[in-house]
Amino acid sequence: MFTRIRSWGPPVLLIAPTLILLGIFVYGLIGAGVWTSLTDNVRGQTTGTVGLENYENLFNDDTFVYSLRNVAMYTGAFVAGTLFFGFLWAWLLERGARGEGIFRAVYLFPMAVSFVASGVVWRWLLNSNTGEQASGLNRLLDMVGLGFLQGQWWTHEGWGILAIAMPAIWQLSGYVMALFLAGFRGIPEELREAARVDGATEWQLYRHVLFPQLSPVALSAVIIIGHMSLKVFDLIMAVAGQTNYTTQVPGTQMWLKYTSGEWAEAAAIGTVLLLVVAVLIVPYLISTYRAERRR
Amino acid sequence: MTTTVLEDIKPRVDGKAKKPKTKPVRPPGSKGPRAAAVRTIRYALLLFFTVVVLIPAYVLLVTSFKSGAEVSPDTAWALPENWDTSGWERAWERLSDSLGRTFLLVVPAALLSSVLGSMNGFVLSKWRFRGADLVFTLILFGMFIPYQAVMIPLVEVIDTMGFERGIPSLIFIHVVYGLPICTLIFRNYYASIPTEVIESAKVDGAGMLRTYFSIVLPVSIPGFVVTIIWQFTSVWNDYLFAMFFSSAQNGPVTIGLNFLAAGQLQDYAASMAGALIASAPTLLVYIILGRWFVGGLMAGSVKG
Repeated sequence: MFTRIRSWGPPVLLIAPTLILLGIFVYGLIGAGVWTSLTDNVRGQTTGTVGLENYENLFNDDTFVYSLRNVAMYTGAFVAGTLFFGFLWAWLLERGARGEGIFRAVYLFPMAVSFVASGVVWRWLLNSNTGEQASGLNRLLDMVGLGFLQGQWWTHEGWGILAIAMPAIWQLSGYVMALFLAGFRGIPEELREAARVDGATEWQLYRHVLFPQLSPVALSAVIIIGHMSLKVFDLIMAVAGQTNYTTQVPGTQMWLKYTSGEWAEAAAIGTVLLLVVAVLIVPYLISTYRAERRR
Repeated sequence: MTTTVLEDIKPRVDGKAKKPKTKPVRPPGSKGPRAAAVRTIRYALLLFFTVVVLIPAYVLLVTSFKSGAEVSPDTAWALPENWDTSGWERAWERLSDSLGRTFLLVVPAALLSSVLGSMNGFVLSKWRFRGADLVFTLILFGMFIPYQAVMIPLVEVIDTMGFERGIPSLIFIHVVYGLPICTLIFRNYYASIPTEVIESAKVDGAGMLRTYFSIVLPVSIPGFVVTIIWQFTSVWNDYLFAMFFSSAQNGPVTIGLNFLAAGQLQDYAASMAGALIASAPTLLVYIILGRWFVGGLMAGSVKG
């Protein structure tokens, strides 16, 4: 008994501050958030519980439903875009190019900038004026003879949210590229050689040797980009502002509810987001945990 | 299989075990006109994407030096006629205070969560206890949660705890929510220390703290560089917590910048200069410490 405490005690004591802090501020507050979402909390003042009423209100609210649709579209575009460019760039660089370091540094640099700062320039780029008044990308498209591509960008009610995915893709593609490059470089050279000796064409090499090796990287990228994208807030605040209808997402809806005092509904939005993210993350964490156990 | 990202960081994090320089193995038929054409297309594409990625940077720089009169649609993409620095002066005037506050926020937040992360990483990889893997997984979960899910109770708790709004409460919040990523980075980093070293220290009668301070801590500097850079960048760029816990008067530079840029009368020159000023510290870190920055990215590949 005593020896068990001696082997168990010190490490647990050393990690105790973290366990207490995360126990309270992650798990405790998630519980408190769910609880708040079941009450009539207004600016911290609660008179009682209301069951699922807040959730009913949310899902009967057209703007909130529209914000869910928006974040789904945004996530699809963001994930697809970063995977496409990230893979393409990694593939172009994979076999070593002259000046590789410079290309890599350029593709990755947007990652070091905040969404708020890049939002400043993207708001200018995605200005929806056309014709004489056009600036930003619309002007550029006109100048290079692609004027027909001019668009309303984020002010379009149906597709506006996809314009917000452009800066997001610009910012995170380099990161996905870094993931894929690490993946490519982790593939033993012998595998490629063996495939070539066996007479595989370049396409067969990719199809049957390299792609299967890279699929875990792709999965990680989908999970990372996907969970980031569901929380989108900064970029929309910076490009379109909090009240713009065409770019509403749960993140901005939650902020608006908070500032207008409807804290219970704000907590309900947070809980909905948590549930969606959990569907993505919990299986990932469980499989990570199992893999650790097997070691 | 899904753990690649988490496992993959070790060689990159410690910086010493650099990736072996793979000599480009030439696939069959890599000479001749066809190969030359392929190579040309490849470089053309790489250059094209370089230009595309740099377009926003060009716009920021050019517009920040334009005078009010020059910011017109006709000359939107042109270089400034005369380089006017008044936009930079206006931006600096509006942002200098919040810039100072951001340093006061970022330095303690990065240091504190790194120190705690180092202790956790040591315990979870080299001085393990029963259930350590489960504890680690539970810690990791904190990295993925959408902070909106804890935000409303967090506002209430922080106020109850008596933290002053603005920088003090933000330091605390960033230390707490930075713990999972710092723990992850250090745990993976320490995994590369040979277990025999720890075991022989144990045999020599060294206790846990002794082992940590005399064996583990001295080799931890690269790990600290990675976590500090990571925390520095993500705290510097944070906007969500800053919105909930500070205002333009007492908040960090992201808040100041958004107030500057979102004004009714859009001062494009000052906004763009402000965006450059607000990004300068993290960009400098990226340029000077790029290798470690990428190491942190790979490790922190699980944070948003």
